[in-house]
Amino acid sequence: MSVTEQQKIAYVSAQAADARINFELETEGMTLSIGPQHPATHGTLRVLVRLDGEQVVWADPIPGYMHRGYEKLCEVRDYAQVTTLINRIDWLGSFANEVPFILAAEELMGIEAPPRAQYIRTVLFEMARIANLTLFLGDMGVQLGAITPVFYAFRDREYVLNLIEGATGGRFHPNFDRIGGLKDDLPKGWIDETKVVMRRIRRFCDEIDDLLVGNRIFENRCRGIGVIPRDIALEYGLSGANARASGIDFDIRRDEDSPLAWKHADWKVWTHPDGDSFARFWLRQQEVRESTKIVEQLLDGLPAGPIRAKTPARIRVPKGEVWMHTENPLGEMGYYVVSDGSPGGPFRCKIRTPSFSNVSIVPWLLRGVLVPDVITILASLYFILGDIDR
Amino acid sequence: MPELPENVERAVNIPLGLAKGLKATFMTMLKPAVTVQYPRVKETVAPRARGVISLVEDNCTVCMLCARQCPDWCIYIEGHKDKEPPRREGGKPRTVSKLDRFDIDYGLCMYCGICVEVCPFDALHWSPEFEYSEPSIADLLHDKTRLGQWEQTVPEQPGLEAGADAPKGKKK
Amino acid sequence: MLVAGTFLGIHAAYWNETVLKVVLILSLALAVAGAFVQVYLFKMVSHLQSRLGPMESGPHGSLQLMAEVLKFLQKEDTRPAKADRWVFGAAPFLVIMSTMLIYVVIPIGPRGVVANLDVGVLYALAVSSISVIAVLMAGWASANKYSLIGGLRAAGQLIAYELPLVLAVVGVVMQAGSLNLQQIVASQAHFKIFGVGGVGLFAIPQFAGLLIFVISSQAELTQTPFDMPVAESELVAGWMTEYTGFRFLIFFIGEFATAGGLAALAAILFLGGWWLPGMGAHWGQLAWAREGVGLAVMFAKVMLVGFLIFWVRFSFPRFREDQLQAFAWKFLIPLSLADILITGIAKVAVRA
Repeated sequence: MSVTEQQKIAYVSAQAADARINFELETEGMTLSIGPQHPATHGTLRVLVRLDGEQVVWADPIPGYMHRGYEKLCEVRDYAQVTTLINRIDWLGSFANEVPFILAAEELMGIEAPPRAQYIRTVLFEMARIANLTLFLGDMGVQLGAITPVFYAFRDREYVLNLIEGATGGRFHPNFDRIGGLKDDLPKGWIDETKVVMRRIRRFCDEIDDLLVGNRIFENRCRGIGVIPRDIALEYGLSGANARASGIDFDIRRDEDSPLAWKHADWKVWTHPDGDSFARFWLRQQEVRESTKIVEQLLDGLPAGPIRAKTPARIRVPKGEVWMHTENPLGEMGYYVVSDGSPGGPFRCKIRTPSFSNVSIVPWLLRGVLVPDVITILASLYFILGDIDR
Repeated sequence: MPELPENVERAVNIPLGLAKGLKATFMTMLKPAVTVQYPRVKETVAPRARGVISLVEDNCTVCMLCARQCPDWCIYIEGHKDKEPPRREGGKPRTVSKLDRFDIDYGLCMYCGICVEVCPFDALHWSPEFEYSEPSIADLLHDKTRLGQWEQTVPEQPGLEAGADAPKGKKK
Repeated sequence: MLVAGTFLGIHAAYWNETVLKVVLILSLALAVAGAFVQVYLFKMVSHLQSRLGPMESGPHGSLQLMAEVLKFLQKEDTRPAKADRWVFGAAPFLVIMSTMLIYVVIPIGPRGVVANLDVGVLYALAVSSISVIAVLMAGWASANKYSLIGGLRAAGQLIAYELPLVLAVVGVVMQAGSLNLQQIVASQAHFKIFGVGGVGLFAIPQFAGLLIFVISSQAELTQTPFDMPVAESELVAGWMTEYTGFRFLIFFIGEFATAGGLAALAAILFLGGWWLPGMGAHWGQLAWAREGVGLAVMFAKVMLVGFLIFWVRFSFPRFREDQLQAFAWKFLIPLSLADILITGIAKVAVRA
């Protein structure tokens, strides 16, 4: 036996010893790496789990495979360019990424956008939420084995994306928010089309009721799985639907004074006491319905007027720092913008993304859980890799 | 309706829930499919859709604002200054910028629209055309002739919604 | 033993007859599998999902099946380096063997059966459980953690659902009084419900049995909602992960041919098989015409049962493994035992 043969055998034995699976028929201590390329993780997240049979002994999410250096990029780009780039953080919740940053810049400059712009910003924000969460509703079905609802989700979401494209020019990356307002006003006929589409989205939510929420198999897979108690949710910094599903009644849109137009619509914040995967799914379904109502109300009461306040041609943000956060589809997204008064871009921009905190609970949550439930839990937490890694 | 014991209610509701799901998929099967068989059938794209950027060469004064502001630096501009005869008798010869090269690399372009927005002379326009894939990446660099050809695909924008202020024009 | 016999009314030498039978089984199994794949897996699932499905190969994608088969055939035959060579290679062929053996007893007409065994039902169900070993072989020999998990899950599931499958049939056997499949079809032809003859499908008194049989065969095929072993979003393809090309094609054909076989069994046991009301025992004079009509009727019934199986497959999420087992042991088996009890009591009471 040559030296290389021996080395090969030693290597294989080392692997086997780590896996401890082949020779003694032991199933204890099998390390499984779910990802980074895996259909269950929404992108390149690697979750390293150690299994004892089908139970998880410990789990370790390893993000960072998609780190694009956003915060550093923000230091060397100016405000218009940063707006373009940050569209791509949470790529499904397109418009929602731009809003907190633009609001932060407006706060520093002391500019107020006209009411029509605030209304349309809110409408587009809620449509981004609808686009994002309808995909979640279908996607959770697919992770659980129901391959049909996801097609309905994509079919009905297509109408929302077409509307966003009709108004902004881009389906996924609108790049529409500007300091002082919006780039353009709405095209003719957009409001009527939007109302038709909102009714369609509500019909889709009813279909999800039939296909998933009312389905006993779905309930069995989700109820009681991945329960996050209220205090643990607060400790780990969960936000958005994940927190509200654990009974925390907090929604930045309602609880904080924002320049956007949420206070002009009559809508409800949903919570659920259980904190399990079913609660998170059900909650997001109700949020989609609520968003359609917000959009319809705001479009009914759209004030006339200019779409953009008077801003200087060359943007120069005065010295200062501001923290601005909003209730994004995935949770609480915030920007801490530090400006040193020079022309050009921000001096430093700290981006607080909801998925990063949502994923931090994975080690605690996955202990003692069965492998299929790992998939259910990861699906119900709903993180987007661009949001985790930036 | 009298309160049924829990087991009976479950025995009815569980199959009913499952049956509703089956019905939802069955009803979808009876309706026509929503697929659009591209490329035989093409959907109409919104007029504002950001497909490709077109150049009106006559308007360009080689101010380089678009190339400076592009986040990806995908616009390559070269120009030179020429002396033109004075506008009227006895005046000084005028310096006019001439455009030598204006390339946009669509392999890098992020379709953000900053260049179109920032151009003070209305030389760049958005067009919804998107079918310009090439087998070779080098062919994704559109030179100013090709960019000029896109101009004829720039659509008329429909008006704005009720309540909007009139859009401001740009100087030529 | 070169004894000449009659098969479908043809007098032929033993070996010729055997070749004819083999060809018949192969073509039947492949035809049914092909029909299931083309109609249900390509077109029906697409329309359920509001899309068109394959449209390019052939008009409306009718030749997609041929395209898929050719695609599989021209793929590279890979085998993981650490895989156990002989076991890895043998597993798909074991699956297809167990599938083809089911078709040996399926009748398509009064004389259209390859082997009219007196223990027909028992034989068919026994032979279909050979695939459990094949699945374990595939999962273990693949030298892949995902395959192993899939194989072990599958073995547990298939064994658990064998019992309701068999018990559901007992009610029918009691009513027919025989295990012979031709006999069961004949007894449905002569079956009278409350004195009304000619309606006789065992599905009417044995509705619970039909339900249990279809659910159990869904589980035997590892179709959603029982497809945890092949859970695509977790395990890629379960025990079939490492199989490509021709080997995977064999697994694929085996899965759908078994679906056809179990659907045919359901059609015979509960829906009357090749018999339709109006077909007397001495219907027609031409033997071939009877077999031809019987074949058409069987095909229609197989497609009907297949429609149910695939409709459920594409509409529901999947059970977790322990919920799956609980469903089999705590719900289906007691239900089928109750069904046997009631059938037994009713049979004695009605005769009295």
